Amino acid sequence: MTVSATATAEVFSLEETAPDHARAIRDSRPLRLITCGSVDDGKSTLIGRLLWDTKAVKEDQAATLERDSSGKQNDLGLPDFALLLDGLQAEREQGITIDVAYRYFSTDRRAFIVADTPGHEQYTRNMATGASTADLAVLLVDARVGILEQTRRHATIASLMGIRQFVLAVNKIDLTHYDRARFEQITHDFKEFALTLGVKQITAIPMSALKGENVVYDGRAAMPWYDGPTLVETLEKATTRSNQTVGFRLPVQRVSRPGESFRGYQGTVAGGSVKPGDSVVVLPSGMVANVTKIVTFDLVRNAAVAGDAITLVLDRQVDVARGDMIVAIDSQPMTGRGFDAQLVALQPDGIEPGKRYWLKSGSRRQRVSIEPVSQLDLKTAKWGAADRLGMNAIGKVHLTFDEQAIFDTYEQNRTTGAFILIDPDTNNTVAGGMITGRRSEIGGIHKDDQRVLLSLPADLAEKIMATELFANRRQDVDVRHTSAGRAAEILADLDD
Amino acid sequence: MSDIRPEAEAKHSATQKPPLDPHLKALENEAIHIFREVAAEFERPVMLYSIGKDSSVLLHLARKAFYPGRVPFPLLHVNTGWKFAEMIAFRDKIVKDYDLDLIEHINPRGAAENVTPFTHGSALYTDIMKTEALRQALDAGKFDAAFGGARRDEEASRAKERIYSFRTPDHRWDPRNQRPELWNIYNGMIRNGESVRAFPLSNWTEVDIWRYIQAEDIPIVPLYFAEKRPYVERDGMMILAEDPRLELLPGEVKQEGVIRFRTLGCFPLTGAIRSTATTLDDIIAELETATVSERQGRAIDRDQSGSMEKKKREGYF
Ligand SMILES: Nc1nc2c(ncn2[C@@H]2O[C@H](COP(=O)(O)OP(=O)(O)O)[C@@H](O)[C@H]2O)c(=O)[nH]1
Ligand SMILES: [Mg+2]
Repeated sequence: MTVSATATAEVFSLEETAPDHARAIRDSRPLRLITCGSVDDGKSTLIGRLLWDTKAVKEDQAATLERDSSGKQNDLGLPDFALLLDGLQAEREQGITIDVAYRYFSTDRRAFIVADTPGHEQYTRNMATGASTADLAVLLVDARVGILEQTRRHATIASLMGIRQFVLAVNKIDLTHYDRARFEQITHDFKEFALTLGVKQITAIPMSALKGENVVYDGRAAMPWYDGPTLVETLEKATTRSNQTVGFRLPVQRVSRPGESFRGYQGTVAGGSVKPGDSVVVLPSGMVANVTKIVTFDLVRNAAVAGDAITLVLDRQVDVARGDMIVAIDSQPMTGRGFDAQLVALQPDGIEPGKRYWLKSGSRRQRVSIEPVSQLDLKTAKWGAADRLGMNAIGKVHLTFDEQAIFDTYEQNRTTGAFILIDPDTNNTVAGGMITGRRSEIGGIHKDDQRVLLSLPADLAEKIMATELFANRRQDVDVRHTSAGRAAEILADLDD
Repeated sequence: MSDIRPEAEAKHSATQKPPLDPHLKALENEAIHIFREVAAEFERPVMLYSIGKDSSVLLHLARKAFYPGRVPFPLLHVNTGWKFAEMIAFRDKIVKDYDLDLIEHINPRGAAENVTPFTHGSALYTDIMKTEALRQALDAGKFDAAFGGARRDEEASRAKERIYSFRTPDHRWDPRNQRPELWNIYNGMIRNGESVRAFPLSNWTEVDIWRYIQAEDIPIVPLYFAEKRPYVERDGMMILAEDPRLELLPGEVKQEGVIRFRTLGCFPLTGAIRSTATTLDDIIAELETATVSERQGRAIDRDQSGSMEKKKREGYF
């Protein structure tokens, strides 16, 4: 491809009018997706290919790409598409992706925002960043290598973060001589693993990102045995999620009081819908009021739905501050001081037990202490007891707040069920979390009820402690390791 | 004194526009959310205002976010003294029409030493008159958050940037060590002297910007529309030949042609394109078939790949 070196040579003609799709693609919000998988499986190449084949790469960018990839072309003579994505100097020098890159492309039917995420374990936090907002995950696997631990880790994080639609891209199929049996074996392996995550919606596609087979254009010439959809066809049909069918939630970002006569509560509707006349409750105070107006710059609206940034006016003077939540009276979130959650630890120091962090959810920031309970072992996909979480660990924790907290479960609401943890010493974001439920406030080993002491062989105890049931109630259990003789003595004492 | 605008409500409800399509609505909602979050969490926010199309959209979104109140922070225009004359006229009218607070800053050192794009070269000039000037203005105002209109689709290192982009006290960006940014939960915790650059338009593309300007009827500088204008060709760019400070070099001739600008900056460094697009419809149609990116007309981006990252690390916007 050549490019005109001067802008003056660029003559635009209006005779070639824009294709009609300019209007058609805008009838839904953009689909957000991530690519994930292990290092070198071809994530950046795939997105580069998507941008290239959907004509999102302009000529001057292509020229830069050609220049930058000179000497680095592969045997096919194609440019290194990953350079379209790996925009940081360090990434180019090392030939890897360090941080998530967001890219934009569209087809006749739809607009897409794609996050290219790093494959290295040390950059898992950047993968989690990309996953948190995605509607769909494209999980890449090198057809020659198959499923790796990192593939499982990414699939697990993506599913924990609420992604329900997966594309399994069995990439570099060109390097296996388009081996159908290989494709089917990997698909089978992945589907089996995905079942343990509860993920059912999987489209497996044999692909060559580099050559552009089954990405935007089909790969029938090379793979006559595959008659499924291309990647882009799958993406065009995917669904975007919304929080519209749940109870009304408005986390208050600011109180607008431009003058004596006006007092409005500004925020983005995080669930359900609202209209004038609705009865609402302000949490955590519990005060009740009715909605009189929904104010926006353009007009006074007669309804607002999840996703809308609005200003709400209530019919009476109630005390509302930033961080409060205005909710439907007949469908309220959970409030309390103890919650259960799943966490992804994002920083080298991990998550320390008992340490007090800042927790931010919506516009609400409060102090919390964290008690790790269990951790997911990505090799075995089993939960094991844990009292601290290292970097990149996925764990279950108990949250204990100084003051009332307000949440839905993440399962029910991806906005009001999500939070981040901030280390007060460094101000860095150290974890992303998803609420799984509320905890009754009297728990733990000091709860006054019947107890059973068991003396078990260590290996059996290990197995029991690895179960989900055990992990979920870890805080109710006291465990000591000791010798068989000592255990016998203690139990004998009890019998006296 | 009350800063509510009672007349505004009536005015807006009277001129009912068709509702935005879901795509633009989602982008608008996200931007308003970011504006409100920053305004609530930071003590001294400021909005970088460069008078271009992205700034015009940014300003419009800010007005929407805080309606019926005023925009609760000042606008900062880092001037170089070499902007297109029409840009300055447009700026002054907007500030008056919308009752905004504007801070204008020109690097006094640059002005004293007479730093110009002609005498110092585009790289050094940009460094002093834009990057250094911006740092001076942010320090002088003790601003802890600065809104910018950058979009991730503009350039490869921008594509990596967070919506809240953390800066050290000397305004540096460390691209290898950015805070994770999950969901739409933004971490605004900083220490004294540190700051955040916030980018409400991160997820917008150039076409989105134009479609939104059209849908919302946002005023923009007329230089974006094609018209017969005088220009000279220099370094492969068409430079507007209106300002008396532009001296013709040997061999250069003043020409006239129907041209327009796809981006606006300092006139000696911004190349025009040949185009007959005189309406927003024309511009959008032209974009759909455009084969070069908008940055191509900018001298400062052309030096080398990675030049933007380097400038950004040093505090450029
Ligand atoms: N033959 C072949 N090579 C590929 C394919 N996809 C990626 N590659 C190569 O695999 C290497 C790693 O790709 P990259 O996109 O950087 O992987 P990432 O680490 O997952 O982002 C590069 O050299 C690519 O050219 C493919 O489908 N076929
Ligand atoms: Mg990569």
